[in-house]
Amino acid sequence: MTVTENPRTYKYVGTRPVRHDGLDKVTGKARFAADLDMTGQLRAALVRSPHAHARIVSIDTSKAEAMPGVKAVVTGADFADLDPTHPEFDMAVNLMARDEALYNGHVVAAVAAVTAAQAAAAAAAVEVDYEPLPAVLTIDEAIAEGAPIANPTNRTLFSGDTEPSNLASVNEFGRGDVEAGFEAADIILEREFRTVAVHQGYIEPHACVADCGQDGKATIWASSQGHFAVRSKTAAALGWSTDRIKVIPAEIGGGFGGKTTIYLEPVAVLLSQKAARPVKLVMSREEVLRATGPAPATKITAKMGATNDGEITTLQSTMYFDNGSTKGFSALTGAMSVASYKLPNLELHAIGTVTNTARSAAYRAPSAPQAAFAVETLIDELAQQLGVDPIDLRLQNAVVEGDVTAMSMPHPKIGFVETLEAIKNSDHYNSPVPQGAGRGVATGFWFNIGEQSSATVNLNEDGTATVVTGSPDIGGSRASMALMAAEELGLAVDRITPIVADTESVGFTDITEGSRATFATGMAVVNACRELIEQLKQRAATIKSVDVEQVEWVDGAAVIEGQDPLTIPEITAMAKNTGGPLTATASLNAAGAGPSFAVHVADVAVDEETGETTILRYTAAQDAGTAIHPSYVEGQIQGGSVQGIGWALNEEYIYDSDGVMENASFLDYRMPVASDLPMIDAIIVEVPNPSHPYGVRGVGETGIVPPIPTLANAIAAATGVRMTALPMSPPRLLAAITESAGS
Amino acid sequence: MAQYVTDFMRYAAPTTTDEAVELLQSDPDARVFAGATDLIPQIRAGRPEPSLLVDLKRIERLVAVSHNNGTWTVGAATPTSALTANPEFSAAFPGLSEASGLIGSDQIQNRSSWGGNLCNASPAADSVPALVVNDARAVIAGASGERTADVADIVTGPGETSLNDGEFIIEFLLDDPPAGSSDAYLRLIPRTEMDIAVVGAAVQLSMDGDSVASAKVALGAVAPTVVRVPDAEAALVGSTLDDDALAAAAAAASAACNPIDDKRGTIQYRRQVAGVLTKRAVQIAAQRAKGAN
Repeated sequence: MTVTENPRTYKYVGTRPVRHDGLDKVTGKARFAADLDMTGQLRAALVRSPHAHARIVSIDTSKAEAMPGVKAVVTGADFADLDPTHPEFDMAVNLMARDEALYNGHVVAAVAAVTAAQAAAAAAAVEVDYEPLPAVLTIDEAIAEGAPIANPTNRTLFSGDTEPSNLASVNEFGRGDVEAGFEAADIILEREFRTVAVHQGYIEPHACVADCGQDGKATIWASSQGHFAVRSKTAAALGWSTDRIKVIPAEIGGGFGGKTTIYLEPVAVLLSQKAARPVKLVMSREEVLRATGPAPATKITAKMGATNDGEITTLQSTMYFDNGSTKGFSALTGAMSVASYKLPNLELHAIGTVTNTARSAAYRAPSAPQAAFAVETLIDELAQQLGVDPIDLRLQNAVVEGDVTAMSMPHPKIGFVETLEAIKNSDHYNSPVPQGAGRGVATGFWFNIGEQSSATVNLNEDGTATVVTGSPDIGGSRASMALMAAEELGLAVDRITPIVADTESVGFTDITEGSRATFATGMAVVNACRELIEQLKQRAATIKSVDVEQVEWVDGAAVIEGQDPLTIPEITAMAKNTGGPLTATASLNAAGAGPSFAVHVADVAVDEETGETTILRYTAAQDAGTAIHPSYVEGQIQGGSVQGIGWALNEEYIYDSDGVMENASFLDYRMPVASDLPMIDAIIVEVPNPSHPYGVRGVGETGIVPPIPTLANAIAAATGVRMTALPMSPPRLLAAITESAGS
Repeated sequence: MAQYVTDFMRYAAPTTTDEAVELLQSDPDARVFAGATDLIPQIRAGRPEPSLLVDLKRIERLVAVSHNNGTWTVGAATPTSALTANPEFSAAFPGLSEASGLIGSDQIQNRSSWGGNLCNASPAADSVPALVVNDARAVIAGASGERTADVADIVTGPGETSLNDGEFIIEFLLDDPPAGSSDAYLRLIPRTEMDIAVVGAAVQLSMDGDSVASAKVALGAVAPTVVRVPDAEAALVGSTLDDDALAAAAAAASAACNPIDDKRGTIQYRRQVAGVLTKRAVQIAAQRAKGAN
């Protein structure tokens, strides 16, 4: 359902064709990295630290090397020795420990053998002498006075400090005068919020196949969000130049940010080089959960002031985000995501911590959901205390074009107000709250990014087209590329084949992240098509012996006054005689990624005897700029909502006191199943982004930001209990309800 | 760290109980399986592989369901989907049918069985409390012939059973419920399916008009084995299920719990919810029993 009027209408953009890669995916024919098998291929297994923190005294691989079928063993000593200031140092040390194992599950060695069973047996025979070190497992432990150092190579980002520290980053920013803001306020609210680590939960475990040749070059087949980044990161970890590595993208079974970094490829390449055979390395689900990508645990205190007439005068917040075993930017992006309200006085302290837990990775609008939990809960309480509609309070304080973000950057044209109004006018918001249920609303913001993309469009001899990009398709982007090319060229979308090419077959392209593929790579496709149209006009002029200035391009054909139009197939059929094949390439570093706002509303019923929350109805509105393929925009809105709902209600990393994850399976790491959810009604708002030829805003990430506070606010409405810690699982909610009833 | 490791296991699919007994005698590392819905994940998670797997599903008696002379005979390897889809069985034992229908997903239901659910000996097995309140008996095969035992006596602790080496369950026996009686099973999981019980409560009631003639209450996932709750049963018998009786039964259920704190639930939560589910299951069973009068 699309509510706002897009000022332009299109022939192909905004339609819902079947995706080009759809049939292969639903029939199981699509090839993911773990599906690939090479002649002579070995299987690899990883040796992982059983300690949360330990010095690696020595590693004896001799027994493993002597075992049947074993062809190669590698340890940290085989990898490039990067300086800790190298931007890929943490990634490289994370995929193969050097002096210290930094978390339970940290890889310390790897084995390649003829069969997976032989590799696993040999991995178990690698003898590692560990000297256990004190481990730091939580934010509170990391920042405690006299805490042991979790990672001796860590230096606090943005601090200038040169000594080891458990702080990953420290930032302070804001504007105005918060104290004056509190003085001007009639109501002041302050709370502390806590969230635990959660996983992206992609269905496909990390996997790759690497084949290193006698020429010292390696080919890697990998599932990733960006195969050019796989190339550069692998090159960095090995100390190789990029020309020695070719990465062929396999289909990807979900990433959500977690496949923007790498864990396996350099290990597989080194094993392949040593064994002179292809090597396949596939993680188990347990390995995925123990040693890849959790989103940071947080501790956030937030204090907000407002006047009786609803002006939010001040926000002051200290946000701790735990990066896990290495430094990172999670606290910074969390604080930066506070960008939805005018907030004349703002003071944010963003502090990242380092602990002996798995290195965190990006997760869909990284760090914004945790920050939104704090801010959107306080706004809800404010609305409650002021007795005003929670959407009206947000409308009163909402940012519009020209208002500034947390970093004091002015917002470009944005659709926050329109998105709030879409929910305010929705059937859901205007229907009565079911008996005994509670209704909650909350909003979310995400920046989106541009970055570098390349595209080539080739016209085939029969007038069909191939659109070649370097953006892995994690959310239907192939279909979006084809739709934009169809619109530009005036060619039916089923005559266009969109492909994702390897690192040697298309120009450099950054990772599919920041909701950028349809925006930035799409813009490269549009630019290439426009270049191609100029060529088509030139060919038409040649065929008809007129000046190119006399040729117009209308609806997929060259139009010359007084003559029959020349269609693309007619022009390509004569390409050989008019200058050869028609092809065009465009590359860019895209600027002007339009931020996307989302507003969600949920009705929940809480069983006050068991603490179970049932979501009765859920509606999510989001500004897509222009929805190129509305079905996939709705899919992104729904997918983000569902991940946020899981995060809110049941998902959590449970560590024991030794830092071992106790629930490293999908049985006990409780993501929502289909029957846990109502249909998520998606409302697409279209406030076109002026920086994109079709007005695209990235839509992949924002949808995960509002669900946590939306459900917390709905639960508060249903029970009167304010949940300030995640997950709001039945035991925690029942304990809170019981405590509240007793007080 | 879990790795999928396999050497070649031997696999045998006997067609008679005698053949199965013989196979089990031949190899001390042999293991029987019915649906293997627990066994396969356990092996994939790194448990040692048995040297010989004995598939019981080809033995006719183990996958047969019959109802003769007031007794139901259910083969131990019968897929639970065959029970939930059996209207006569589900009408006689609605709670047991519901419990059987909660094991895993639809696909799992086509493999999972009472025999496997019981002998895997998980404290959280859904079918077991419902079997216990219905006084189910197990017919057991072994080297010295067949014997019969109460289901309540099979599981002795997590992963432990009273079966001797080489024994396996052939079938379960259930007497028709008396007139005016019925059962119910409720479990709590944080999700709506595909999960393991944090608490399970089974109740079987016989009603005499509005008052309770007899009651059986059994709880799962709150102790090392399924626990019967005689105090809850005593609180219910003779009552008209007034609020005091229900509260007393709930309190007795909470008190009977001997749970652990783990990743699936806390001690306090399990105690509290055991009472809640007991009370609710009693009300459902009573409604059904009155309908059966």
